[in-house]
Amino acid sequence: MDLYEYQGRDLFARHGLPVLDGGVAETPQEALAIAERLGGRSVVKAQVKVGGRGKAGGVKLAADAAEAQARAADILGMDIKGHTVHKVMVTETADIVEEYYFSYLLDRANRTFLCIASTAGGMEIEQVAHEAPEKVARVPIDATKGVDAATAREIVATAGFPEDVADQIEAIAVKLWQTFVAEDALLVEVNPLAKVADVRVGVGQAPEAPATSRASTVLLLDAKVTFDGNATFRHLDHEALEDVAATDPLEQRAKERDLNYVKLDGSVGIIGNGAGLVMSTLDVVAYAGRHFGGVRPANFLDIGGGASAAVMANGLEIVLSDPSVRSVFVNVFGGITSCDAVANGIVQALAMLAERGEAVTKPLVVRLDGNNAEAGRAILDGARNSLVERVDTMDGAARRAAELAAVGA
Amino acid sequence: MAIWLTNDSRVIVQGMTGSEGSKHTRRMLAAGTAVVGGVTPGKGGQRVDFEGTQLPVFNSVSEAMAATGANVTVIFVPPKFAKGAIIEAVDAGIELAIVITEGIPVHDSTAAWAHNVASGNKTRIVGPNCPGVASPGISNAGIIPADITPAGRIGLVSKSGTLTYQLMYELRDIGFSTCVGIGGDPVIGTTHIDALEAFQNDPDTDAIVMIGEIGGDAEERAAAFIKANVTKPVVGYIAGFTAPEGKTMGHAGAIISGSSGTAEAKKVALEAAGVRVGTTPSETAQLMREVMQAR
Repeated sequence: MDLYEYQGRDLFARHGLPVLDGGVAETPQEALAIAERLGGRSVVKAQVKVGGRGKAGGVKLAADAAEAQARAADILGMDIKGHTVHKVMVTETADIVEEYYFSYLLDRANRTFLCIASTAGGMEIEQVAHEAPEKVARVPIDATKGVDAATAREIVATAGFPEDVADQIEAIAVKLWQTFVAEDALLVEVNPLAKVADVRVGVGQAPEAPATSRASTVLLLDAKVTFDGNATFRHLDHEALEDVAATDPLEQRAKERDLNYVKLDGSVGIIGNGAGLVMSTLDVVAYAGRHFGGVRPANFLDIGGGASAAVMANGLEIVLSDPSVRSVFVNVFGGITSCDAVANGIVQALAMLAERGEAVTKPLVVRLDGNNAEAGRAILDGARNSLVERVDTMDGAARRAAELAAVGA
Repeated sequence: MAIWLTNDSRVIVQGMTGSEGSKHTRRMLAAGTAVVGGVTPGKGGQRVDFEGTQLPVFNSVSEAMAATGANVTVIFVPPKFAKGAIIEAVDAGIELAIVITEGIPVHDSTAAWAHNVASGNKTRIVGPNCPGVASPGISNAGIIPADITPAGRIGLVSKSGTLTYQLMYELRDIGFSTCVGIGGDPVIGTTHIDALEAFQNDPDTDAIVMIGEIGGDAEERAAAFIKANVTKPVVGYIAGFTAPEGKTMGHAGAIISGSSGTAEAKKVALEAAGVRVGTTPSETAQLMREVMQAR
């Protein structure tokens, strides 16, 4: 799960990391109140989980509280790369002297964690890595040892952070690592990590002396945080950070029923068992769909190895409630579960849905293969449901489902 | 012969007294696997009956190994306790630890892996979030259905369980030496490369099926390894061409981040290494059939 910047900022603050004071607003009035509390001069930032909001006009400086209210009114409701802005964060301003980059993340290839740090912050780190790779330090972190003072010093030295901020960044490196571990994060990214002129003294005034000669403070001016969904069992507080309103309603309903569902943009509903087989099913349907004017899969839905009637019914109900679905492809390989049990599950699921008053009206193409496939197919045939069509190969069934979706459209 | 799981494999089950553990212990025994005991802390000394086979329960992996001569463990414990279970198996010095458990936090699996590396990398960890290892006709450790295919001379390595079963089924007339499910998590103990290397060195494997999916760059690295080290024919399949960016597709590791981890990039890398990549699982099976017939 990815956090919004304001949630990440709150998280950093809770773990004792230096961030700017501020708050989150859903209305211009709330933004006004926060800006007033902060003393007027403030920054208003769109809260969207996508990069490039600055260029899109989603970050504005306000000289006083009234202007903060006006800028919030401009930004709320904006569309940034397909994301509507529902919240803005209003913070103190900072007199930025230098911008750095700092992150901890999972390094899948090396099966360890990695610190990426750079003195060139404020822009995309991929761009820095491309244009000036020597400015990007990568320090592997031993998962059993973590980041202690010595590792923090190594990071600071490798990245070449200036001496006047070295101590502060070392302390931040240790604390940010503790945050990364304590919260079971897969990513904590700070861009920029900034050297600023003293915030509270300097607000709204022209600097009297060159910035470098003033006391410098290092602050985390942005927060990108990704949590590990597998670790929710020991972070019950993480669930509250989920933006249910922004989640696709079908995905939300599926989640409440413990179904592994992802909404896609096509018209063939997909139900299968096993993540790999379902991913493959999407591909095979899209491949077959080329022959029918570009028909594509409508969703990913993995009902797991068991494929019981109840789970099948829940799955069918979710998939069929998607108005863009024109046909459904049920693709099951009977491994541990035998195909006769799966076929019974499908027949019972259809009856269950009819009882609930949600009788299926769209064609279903079913492919059963593997353990006891013949018996399973016989059960489907015996049910004599005119909407259920049995095709015994995955490629053939995908083609038929795509064809039915094209006809139905 | 086969890789990793052979006639010499003596298997214990961590979490044997739990519902999944006992269900699959029964199935492994039925498949002819030499299951010699189980481990559940606090239940040491008990015996569990599996249709006439009495299996002893031990409090720890090291006790179980000392008493039974076990050299393989299959781990079914819940995610919360999985890190401890893996570390215990590593500390006991077992040769092969197969972690079936799905949903282990990445910090836990990464820490367990780091512990294994720090201990000299003596234990081969397969998984987590994997269906296990099956050497048809010899031994079956995990949840791969044992009756899909008889023994033969194809080796298979895959991130996906059901796609493994599908390919085993389609090629059941030819048969498999060993099928290895390496799992769909972001951090796993055994990679495609490890299995490719073992199959390359296995005199009883003639050709290799490699199944990958979106996320990470394991398939790209496997392609480079194949180009440099594998002389046996390899046929590949990649799932997830239709997956959108930034969405986890069932497996925790199956996610495209930005432009990295796409199916297309993996396919291109494999083809550049001389691997024939099927468009669908059936086409992949057909490619392998042609390879075996040409021999």
